Parts: sequence; C-alpha cells; structure tokens
Amino acid sequence: MLARTITHAVVGLEARRVDVEAHLQRGVPGFSIVGLADRACQEAKHRVRSGIASAELEWPMRRITVNLAPAALRKEGSGFDLPIALSILAASGQLPRDRLRGHAAVGELGLDGRLRPVGGVLAVAEAARRAGLERLLCAAPSGAEASLAGIEPVPVRHLAEAAAYVRGEAEPEPYESPTDHAPEPRYLDLADVRGQERARRALEIAAAGGHNLLLAGPPGTGKTMLARRLPGILPPLDVAEALEVTRIQSVAGLLDPEQPLVMVRPFRSPHYSASVAAMVGGGPGIRPGEVTLAHRGVLMLDELAEFQRPALEALRQPIEDGEVAVARAAGRAVFPARFQLVATMNLCPCGARGDPAAECSCSPQRLGAFRDKLSRALLDRFDLVLAMPRPRAHELAAGPAEPSSAVRVRAESARCRPPAEWAPAAEALLDRAVEQVPLSGRGRARTRRVGQTLASLAGAQRVETSHVAEALSYRAPRELESS
Amino acid sequence: MNELALATFAAETGTHLVGEPRDRRFAAFVRRFDVAAYTESLERADVRWCPRTAHEFPPLLRSIHDPPPGLFARGAADVELLRRPAVAVVGARSCSPYGAQVARMLGRELAATGLVVVSGLARGVDGEAHRGALEAGGATVGVLGCGIDRDYPAAHRELAARIRESGVVVSEYPPGVEPAPWRFPARNRIIAGLSGVTVVVEARERSGALITADLALEEGREVFAVPGEITSALSAGTNDLLRLGATPLTTSKDVLDVFGIEVGPAADPDLSEEGVKVLARVRDGPAGADELVRATGIDAGALATALTELELAGLIIQGEGLYRAH
Repeated sequence: MLARTITHAVVGLEARRVDVEAHLQRGVPGFSIVGLADRACQEAKHRVRSGIASAELEWPMRRITVNLAPAALRKEGSGFDLPIALSILAASGQLPRDRLRGHAAVGELGLDGRLRPVGGVLAVAEAARRAGLERLLCAAPSGAEASLAGIEPVPVRHLAEAAAYVRGEAEPEPYESPTDHAPEPRYLDLADVRGQERARRALEIAAAGGHNLLLAGPPGTGKTMLARRLPGILPPLDVAEALEVTRIQSVAGLLDPEQPLVMVRPFRSPHYSASVAAMVGGGPGIRPGEVTLAHRGVLMLDELAEFQRPALEALRQPIEDGEVAVARAAGRAVFPARFQLVATMNLCPCGARGDPAAECSCSPQRLGAFRDKLSRALLDRFDLVLAMPRPRAHELAAGPAEPSSAVRVRAESARCRPPAEWAPAAEALLDRAVEQVPLSGRGRARTRRVGQTLASLAGAQRVETSHVAEALSYRAPRELESS
Repeated sequence: MNELALATFAAETGTHLVGEPRDRRFAAFVRRFDVAAYTESLERADVRWCPRTAHEFPPLLRSIHDPPPGLFARGAADVELLRRPAVAVVGARSCSPYGAQVARMLGRELAATGLVVVSGLARGVDGEAHRGALEAGGATVGVLGCGIDRDYPAAHRELAARIRESGVVVSEYPPGVEPAPWRFPARNRIIAGLSGVTVVVEARERSGALITADLALEEGREVFAVPGEITSALSAGTNDLLRLGATPLTTSKDVLDVFGIEVGPAADPDLSEEGVKVLARVRDGPAGADELVRATGIDAGALATALTELELAGLIIQGEGLYRAH
C-alpha cells in the first residue's frame, strides 16, 4: 500500500517541493525513513508513532518505509512530522487517499499528537501556491502566516483534528487575517535625545537618503542611543517589503505568532564577537545571517573596531550588492541583504580621545592596530561619518527635542523627490575639494550622493554649493584613517 | 683624517666618536677599510656622503662640541640645503590633536617663508611638522637615528619617500645600522645642531624632545616652547622649559622675527555671514558642532556648510569632533 503527501523543505529562504511517500509491506514490523533526512527528521519516527497513538488512531504493524523525494535534497527540521503521519495513515487505509489532492502539509507533532508550528511556513505556503496547490495543513498558530501567501490555510491543533478534516468530518477553524488589524509599529523616539543637533541632522540625512552612518566619539556621548532611533524615522514598510521581512523572520524562527505580518523595520545589533557565518549566514543548515535578518531595516554594529576583521570585511559585498550568496557543504543560497548600516566606535582603544577631561593612554602601535582594523575600503562604505565630542554639561540641559514623527515626514518627502540637477558652482566646489581635502574617487561619489540627498531634503531644484559643503563636512576625518 | 672610516667604525663598534681613537683596533680597521669600494657601494645605494671637513657640511652642525664625522644623505635636494637657515620642530610621538595641529601649522608657515624645517621623522609632532612643510611646498630635512637606508618608523615609509622627493633625509649612520634607543639622543644633537632655532611643540617630562632642547641650549641656540594646558601631561615638559626661560611661541611670527623674516598679514577671504559668525566663535576657543549651533543660533545643516567653507579656506581645522581656529 502506497500513499503520498506533499510538503516543502526550506532551503535558504526558498522552499522546494518534497513528496512524502509511505509504503507498507508485509514482514517484520519496522519503520525507516529514507531520503537524506537529518537528525531532527529521523527523530520524526518517535514523534509520529506516539502522535498517531495519542490521536487514537492505529499504528500499522507492518514494515513501513517513508521516502522523502527528491532523494538528493538534504531535508532538515521537524516540519515533516505531519505529512509523514498523514501518509502512513492514508497508506494503512485509515484516511481516504484521494482527499489529500491539492493539499500541502507542514508541522511538527508532539508526543501527545498536538501540532506545533515550525519556521518558514510563509516560504512553504508561497511555494505550495506557486505549485498550484490550494490548501495548506499546518499548526493552528501558523494559519495566519500561511494565509499571507494567498493560500487557504487549514489550521489544526491536533493530529486527530487533521484526520477528521481529511475524512471530511470537520471543516477548518476560521483564522484571523493578519493584515486586518496590524497595529502601528512602535519605535524608540528621537524626542528622548537631548542636544546632539549635528548627530540628529546626520541621522535625518541617513534616513532621507538611505546612507550608511558611522558615529565616532568617546563612550557615553549618546552614539548608541541615536543609532537605535534610526528605524523610527525611516518610511514604513510597504506590503511587499513586509512580506520579505516576514519570510526571513519566519525561517529564522523569530516570528511572533500574534503578529504574523512584520510591519516593524528590523533592527539587528549583533555583539562584536560575531563570526563571519553569524554575520553573512551559513552554518550546517545555511541559516540567514545578521545582514539578512536586518534586510529592509537597520544593522547596527556597536563598537565597530572591536569586531573581528574578517567579519567586517565580509560585510563589504552585501553592502554593495544588497544580497549575499552563501555556499556551504550543505548547499548554496542567496539571501537578500538590503540593510542600512549604522556603526559606532570610540576614537581610540581606551576611549579617551575626544573627551577633553580624559587623557588617552594608548600607545601609537595600539592606536595603529585599532585604526588598521577599519580598512579604508570599509570606511569608504560609510557615506556619513561623524566625530562626536563629549557634550558639556549645559548642552545636556537643552529643551525637549523634535519627535521622530516630524523627522520621518521630512525624510519621507525627500525620498519621494526626483534627483536634482547639479549647479555648475556646486560641481566646481566638489572639484576643488577633491584636490584640497583630498578625496578619493569613492569619497567623491559619496559626497555627490549625500549632496543629492541634502538638495532633496531642502526641496531644492538644484544641488547648490551649500549642499556640497554640508556633504563634505560628513567625510571621514583624517584621524580615523590608519597612518 | 678618514671621516668615512671613522663613521663606519663608530657604527660598527656602537661607540660615540668625535675624533679618531688612537688604538690598534681602529688602526687595523682603517688598514682593512677600502674607501673606494665602500664609496662605490654607497653610490649604488644612491646614498651620498658629506664629511664634516667638506665645504658643503652645514657650519652650524660643525660648530657643536661633538659633531658627527659626516652625514650620509638621501634625497633629491642638494646637501647645500642644510646650509640654509633651519628650524627644528620636535615633540611628543603620542601628541594631542592640539599638538598635531600646531606642528603642522608651524611646518607649513615656516617652510612657506623659505626656512628649512628639520625634524626626526618620528610619529606625532615630528611627522606633522614634515607634512606641514611638504604641504607648503617648502624644504624639509628628516634626521634618522638609524642607518640611512632604514625606514623607521615603518609607518612613515611613505612620508620619508615624499621628503626625499623634494628635500633630503640624513643620518650619521651608514646603511645597515639598526634603530636602537641609545642612538636617538645622538640623533637629537644633529637635529639641534642643524637648526638655528628649536621649537618644542609638546613634550612629556624627561622626553626626547627635551633632550633636543637641552642640546640646543648648550650650543647657545634659541629655544621656543609652545604653551599647553597645565593639566595635560603632554605639556609638562614644554611648560618646564618655559619656566626655565625658553621663549613661549604663540605664532610662527615669533620664529620668523629671530631670522628677521617679515610677512604681511594674510587677509580673510570673502566669507558668508554664517562663516564670519562661526569663525568668531571658534577663535574664542575650540568648540564642538553642537556648541556652535547653540552659540551662533545657526541650524545644524547651515552650520555644516559654514564649517566646510572655513575648512577649505584653511581658517579652521577639525579634530576629534572639535573645531579650532587655524
């Protein structure tokens, strides 16, 4: 007796179709799973067997072979439990075999037969819809997430419920559509930041032009506080972007079942001990890295100079291309990685530089090594670089500041404007600066980009000298470059 | 007298020699020493040798009480360059942004008037003084404390090459001599000896720059010290010098007066209204951008424009987020 259930395996962020076939033979009772199943997948044997018993269904005393096809695709995770159980039940005649046509199934079984949600349901649902399937059997908490893909979810809480549905004895419970009542995303507000006019201005420019921003200064000047407020002044995610973010967070297992559609711009701030694999993705199962988890949002690297140099260098390509190709023994995947980078750092290893009240105790060698870590190539990726001195006490007593909402309106309208023309005087000033400062080719392109954003922010028809001059003031200071 | 043999013998034996020693070791060394072959090897390495008996040898250096047997030199400029009026600008290796700024400014302004800027190619103040002189298109001389063929410190390899393009790098040590701590005070006597005036920009207590200043004072040369903050350890040495009677340096004009050089006052270029306001505030003392926003009432964007205008005009410079008048 043979029965088949369709499911999908997540590879990177994509899902590939997997047919779960169960075959029952006469002979010594046994249960084997074939088809490049990993450990979590092999353990399905125990969960499926207990789950079927708990659902008060019968475990066939036959030789059971489950094949996960295509056999060459590496399968991992616990999402195969439900399709395996359904295939076995169908093969043993406890469920009608033809009723599963047009269905895909995904979900993990508990020993009590309850269904648990798994990661990557959105990716599975999208792939199933593309394959022409109409319904997806999944754990109840995943129903809303699956519905985002435009497929009809069949959310079930227990294997017995799934069996009843397949027999045609029960209809699925209604689920709540996640787009109906998405609450306004909440972010940290810029109104909490006192003083720091120049840094606030730079943050606004970063939001208006999508520029990468580096804040350098002694500890305790509010660098991190400012950086954390960038997502709140970026324009809200549109639906297509929200789906991309949701798919990533679903695969990474970060999704909140209460809020299946992520409307909040991601903010990732990995610790400086992060490895290359943690940064760009990888590991045994090719998991998305921090650059992908920050897709459509902000990647903040606090204490930039403390990161391992290979981890920093690995960022260069995703910054440039907006995606990262990860090739590992387990396979190959291309992850989206269109993030905005915000970094903070001290001006020297001991942190005293830039603080008039402290004296730097770093040796020239140590300072040199510290600066060497930021290769010029990486420094070149920051359009905006800001040295922030320690504010004096009276500056912190400044009045309440503008809230994020006001800044976001300006940044959004700047994003909507068409690129401005360049006034000849502005070009001339840039040429002069290239000679005098001096600026590298990349530095020049960077200044041009920021100048363009400044003109848009000002609502100007043309990029004027004042915009170029302001753009030049955000270039990397000489003291950050290795000597 | 064979100065080349004396110089190589001193370097090989690691001794500080002014005259020829009357011992057998030296006599044996001279007998073995092949002047022609050695001179040829120097030529191959593009190194020139200027003995202290030569006419081109800088007379100021010849007049100190322990002049070197001669100088090895590399660079585009003639050794004659060393005979021109020269100013030594020396100071701490780990200097503050203030020290770096002053050193660069002095290097630039002194070299612009035709003075030769002499320093030790070290990190910090020395390097900045050389860079300032190069910026002004002026002449600068680097004095090494190791063999003439060495790039020390390695971080200044490129700077040394730039100095050699228009100026000259000299050392009393022949090719192959490793840098050693005890050679640096000896190097400092050459820096002081070459220069009519020595300026100490920033120095901790008991630092190498103070040795240079002492040597200059012993030879009766003028010594200037740049006043620094009394709370900074980097100013302890210079402030000590001031207490001992060194002349405080507040503008490069103080040095130019010693040489009888006069320059007309530079006119401020046409500045925007904001530029004038910001410059006035920065001239009262270094300030961060946010302080300037509050003091002038100009918003952060327009302030950034004004700051770049002033920076490009060479009127202010930025270091670690603070803006200072130049």
